Amino acid sequence: MNLPTFLGGVHPPEGKALTEHKAIELLRPSDSPREFVYPLGLHIGAPCSPIVKKGDTVLAGQKIADTDAFVSAPKYSAVSGTVKAIEPRMAFTGAMEMSIVIDSDGQYTPAPSLHEALGHKPTPADYVKLIRESGLVGLGGACFPTHVKLSPPKDKIIHHVIINAAECEPFLNCDNRLMLESPDEILRGLEFVLEIFPQAEGVIAIESNKPEAIQTMTEHNKNPKIRIMPLKVKYPQGAEKMIIWSVTGQEVPVVPALPADVGCIVLNTRTVWQIWAAIEKGQPVTERIVTVSGDAVVEPKNLQVPLGLSTRELVNACGGFSEEPVKIISGGPMMGIAMRSLDVPVVKGTSGVLALTKKLAYVAEESACIRCGKCVEVCPMHLEPTTLDHFVRRRQYAEFEAHGGMNCIECGSCAYTCPASRHLVQSYKDGKASVNAARRKAAAEAKAKAAAEKPAEAK
Amino acid sequence: MNTKLTVSTSPHVHSEFTTRNIMGMVILALAPAGIMGVYFLGLRSLGVIAACILACVVSEWVWQKYVMHTKITVNDLSAVVTGLLLAYNLPPTIPIWMAVVGSVFAIIIVKQFYGGIGCNIVNPALAARAMMLISWPSAMTTWTINGISGPTPLAAMKAGSVAGLPSICDMLMGNMAGCIGETSSLLLIMGGAYLVWEGVLSARIPLTYILTKAILSALFNHGGGMYPIHEMLTGGLLIGAIFMATDYTTSPMSEKGQYIYAAGCALLTALIRTWGGYPEGVSFSILIMNIAVPLIDQYTTPRVLGAPKNGYFKRTGGK
Repeated sequence: MNLPTFLGGVHPPEGKALTEHKAIELLRPSDSPREFVYPLGLHIGAPCSPIVKKGDTVLAGQKIADTDAFVSAPKYSAVSGTVKAIEPRMAFTGAMEMSIVIDSDGQYTPAPSLHEALGHKPTPADYVKLIRESGLVGLGGACFPTHVKLSPPKDKIIHHVIINAAECEPFLNCDNRLMLESPDEILRGLEFVLEIFPQAEGVIAIESNKPEAIQTMTEHNKNPKIRIMPLKVKYPQGAEKMIIWSVTGQEVPVVPALPADVGCIVLNTRTVWQIWAAIEKGQPVTERIVTVSGDAVVEPKNLQVPLGLSTRELVNACGGFSEEPVKIISGGPMMGIAMRSLDVPVVKGTSGVLALTKKLAYVAEESACIRCGKCVEVCPMHLEPTTLDHFVRRRQYAEFEAHGGMNCIECGSCAYTCPASRHLVQSYKDGKASVNAARRKAAAEAKAKAAAEKPAEAK
Repeated sequence: MNTKLTVSTSPHVHSEFTTRNIMGMVILALAPAGIMGVYFLGLRSLGVIAACILACVVSEWVWQKYVMHTKITVNDLSAVVTGLLLAYNLPPTIPIWMAVVGSVFAIIIVKQFYGGIGCNIVNPALAARAMMLISWPSAMTTWTINGISGPTPLAAMKAGSVAGLPSICDMLMGNMAGCIGETSSLLLIMGGAYLVWEGVLSARIPLTYILTKAILSALFNHGGGMYPIHEMLTGGLLIGAIFMATDYTTSPMSEKGQYIYAAGCALLTALIRTWGGYPEGVSFSILIMNIAVPLIDQYTTPRVLGAPKNGYFKRTGGK
């Protein structure tokens, strides 16, 4: 079958069968007191400031942190209870993040809906504002604030709103299950987005390894402006630039260009569901679906859990570990982050919790690059991964940048395929961070220089 | 749970490719042609193969253990591949000591002097063969099959005698004068097909090399019309195109670069075979193109997705 796709990419073992047919289970612990932790950052953009203080009582769905910055999104408590502390807590990244800690009373007493604050039934003019207010960020894992995506520059005409239901990461099934269990909500959410962009066509792009989801969505779709599009199964099909290329045949120009430059907006499946929830029900983002899987978990499941809940509870709800895991990953095995501890809260970007045994999560020792060129063949951005790796190791960051290193999407296809097990993604992360640091330094110096010259001119 | 968790950068899963299993598959792909070579050219060939492999592995081990005091990497099997390829490119009558000197030259001077696996600029087995061809021209070009010494079909064609050429069938099976591993065309092609099937090699370099060579031999035709096919099946073109020109380290990484490189190999082979002093041109062509690889790589970097068609990223030339 010649389904649309992109050039490059790899075929990691899917591991989807573990949770493919497991219906989403609701997990809302009602014991009290139970700690729920809400980090103030961990999305793209400015971190929030708390708007509650220690000792305050909060309701489920009450806003607890916000900011004036445009690129950011507020935080909501998923539970009712008391604010226990505002202090640094370990997040899934392993870093200590300033967090609001809430002691749940186990009641989940609801706060007034977002509609009450708005005062009237939302009209299309309110949609983006309402989405911002709901605290929605890209729920695929990148956590880019959705209202920013939905506010492209005025001169960019959006002609495609693409629902990214590729779910190309191995093991994860949260989007797949959501499509099977709530297709109408997803379609309605997409229709809301199409009301914001009347010239656009809606495309729901699904990898062809989810035939049931493709069938369900096609059956439920009555809108001629929405089309369901099966894509070839290949990692990283769900990367933004890859899915745009597969669906529209257009290449998003090199960084810093955005999808809107080619008239596209790409939204994750659950994100669209939350758009429906925000506009239709006035619900903020307080819960998400997490696939708990891996070969070290007794009974892998798809769980709907309140944000802020400890990851350990998710694993316990799946019967714990059958074997000692070597790695516990937040997200998928290709791009997820290896966690140091299970005692970290579920956040908006937690799409999966995977516990892998030595068999799957083998960390091989690096050996010398044999120039086999496999990384060049699989790089979906058409970079030369091994060349970039050499530049970073020699600290030639300017060369790294000149050879397009900043375009790396860190999908890990190169490192997956590398016979020498080179730690390639680690290099690009270093390279990109160093280039960004150099840019910030240059900008600061230019600013300081301009400031120093100003009084001299005044004399 | 009280075990320590591994924390590392993504990705957390890995394909089954390792340098060692790639080299293992290459050895597997090469084995049948060698067995056929031993069958037709005599047991002595087996001794040459064993001597080359042993000399390569031991010299790499000694160099890393006692000279450089670095990690010993003979486990990656690349020295075995080098030894095997060198042996396949030697006549079965070669004195064993020459084979050993050649092997040591390949590993120490061509490979380790440049930094070991992945760093050599030319193919070690081919460079050793070229050195041996220049140092011991007569030992390297004496062919004996079934007790009768005679020229290789390629040398015979070059000398203009077509009478004693073996049949196409014998050429496919390997029943003709030639180096140990280069004669059995059919098994070499099957070995190559296996590597392509396993995803170890892409068919780009071998196919471009062989097809361009066939077209060029037809163009440069120095005799009757059957020559292109005979040329394709003799004189190490197949082993060169499938196993030597495709050496990862000394071939370009990009698709475009690989086409240019393979076509260059074919052109040089045709030129040397038609007008050069040697009947055989494959080794020298590949060696010359090996040297051109860094240049080819520099100019054939793929266009970054989303970059303008005329190349957005300017090459700054290795500052």
